[in-house]
Amino acid sequence: MARFLPLLAATKPEYLGPMARIIRSLDEALAPITDGCMLAVPRETSGVAMAATRALVRRGVKHLHLIALPTSTVQADLLIGAGCVDMLETSAVSLSEFGPAPRFTAAILAGEIKMRDATCPALHAQFQAAEKGVPFMPLRGLIGSDLMTHRPDWKVVDNPFGNNDPIVLLPALKPDVALFHAPLADRDGNVYIGTQRELVTMAHAAQRTIVTVEEIHDADLLRDPLFAAGTLPGFYVETIVLEQRGAWPLPLPDRYGIDAVHMSEYARLAATPEGFAQYLDRYVYEKRAA
Amino acid sequence: MPDHCRSKNGLASLAYVPGTHVFSEILQTWMAGTSPAMTDTKIRDEELLADVICRLIGNARHIAVGAASPIPATAALLARERADLHNAARPYVSLLGSRAHTFFTDGSRELFDCAGQGRIDVFFLSGGQIDGEGNINLVSVGDYERPKARFPGSFGSAYLYYVVPRVILFRVEHSRRTLVPKVDFISAPGGSDDNVVRPGGPVALVTNRCLFAFDRVQRRFRLVSVHPGHSVEEVDENTGFAFDRPAQVPLTPAPSAETLRLMRTTVAPMLAEVYPEFARRVFGYVVPTAAMNG
Repeated sequence: MARFLPLLAATKPEYLGPMARIIRSLDEALAPITDGCMLAVPRETSGVAMAATRALVRRGVKHLHLIALPTSTVQADLLIGAGCVDMLETSAVSLSEFGPAPRFTAAILAGEIKMRDATCPALHAQFQAAEKGVPFMPLRGLIGSDLMTHRPDWKVVDNPFGNNDPIVLLPALKPDVALFHAPLADRDGNVYIGTQRELVTMAHAAQRTIVTVEEIHDADLLRDPLFAAGTLPGFYVETIVLEQRGAWPLPLPDRYGIDAVHMSEYARLAATPEGFAQYLDRYVYEKRAA
Repeated sequence: MPDHCRSKNGLASLAYVPGTHVFSEILQTWMAGTSPAMTDTKIRDEELLADVICRLIGNARHIAVGAASPIPATAALLARERADLHNAARPYVSLLGSRAHTFFTDGSRELFDCAGQGRIDVFFLSGGQIDGEGNINLVSVGDYERPKARFPGSFGSAYLYYVVPRVILFRVEHSRRTLVPKVDFISAPGGSDDNVVRPGGPVALVTNRCLFAFDRVQRRFRLVSVHPGHSVEEVDENTGFAFDRPAQVPLTPAPSAETLRLMRTTVAPMLAEVYPEFARRVFGYVVPTAAMNG
């Protein structure tokens, strides 16, 4: 058996296998998110790595192809406003009940970013295709929507099992990096995600997964069946960083709610470029404990 | 057992009426739910609209509510509370973004998978623009490549509009800006060609001025009632598309005292989990700090 190992290593010399590591430095953990990276992030209520997002803005990452599964709020708006994003692929960006996402809106109107408009279940299906290792996934709906006009990568075919039944095929999406925030990780790098199963799909689909967590759990999450069902195995995780209140000002399910006061302040400041610059100075460049 | 799993009469039967009968169903639901107007307290527009939507929901086993939909969320939770109060079959309610008011355990895709299985009866959609054929635009105004205005995006509309049997459209701002002759971008069409599999589509449109029903065969709206303080002339003046109307257009009935009480005391605290600002502004409900951080 041992004699085959060098052969395997030679086939993929750069690939050592995902080995989840818990490290101290957020900046070090985010190093794989390089300029031009295809970065996948989750929707606003599933566990958004906002502390990590602020660190990316501080570092000045550029040219991201940002994919929000399936929507985003302040995370996409912040990255766009700070000039980190070239292309955005998602179903919607707003500040939810705090109003429109001002930097996203301004960037689209000024033609500063490329937009790939999607619809939520299409993005889910595209990640699921990658997770299964198949090239595409079919989806109902979509036919007759102008989304199809602007998405040449989405194709209509006739259902091979049907009779005159047009159906849309969507290509698999394989992001370079998935980044999210979760409540717990254990020392083996297993990450508790609860019912936010799209985080598992994101990690399955992405080449690398970086997770910030509220706490390190001392026992093995996979040995406890109650935890195990809601756990992303460390096998799929590259790096974990402890970052308390790492989703702030967004909520973390079962842990804390949205900071409505802060979201209102963001909406107000981000409405103008000057206000947005003030916001960055106050909350991003000046590293601030939440 | 968690709140949302409880059903008073076991599983409710699925009352799905095919598209051609939807209009009469709306009228029946509508008339059955009317109750004497309440005049002793000021009724907010949001309360009236939530009551209108609640009556449109009628019988349903599963009502789902998407993002940025506080008024439909109020209506869905109200429908569940009213069923409880009247010992009727309790609908399942799934509020996107909620932990307390959802039974989904398969992440945010479960909403769409559930709808694809035909297990969601009622859903709600809005539009930056809505036209007379029920097309909705959640993307942009003007040319897509060089838009004059940009909305958040299509969310799940380009799928859910096709697969959920009863989609209720809501757009609070009723103006020629929002209700247009033809949308600039079709996020999701009101109707589809015959060979496109489409069990779902629009049944009604609720605005701050009136209620329209949608006829899926004619692909046209029909004015059902005008809200108190508004008139048919005003609806004409502010609607960019042609619509049908009865000879006499009734007034939208005001919510009953019971409905107002349920909304203000029971539903408001539930809403605050997902819509704290709305709960505060409309119902004066302030989320306790401990609850937000707990």
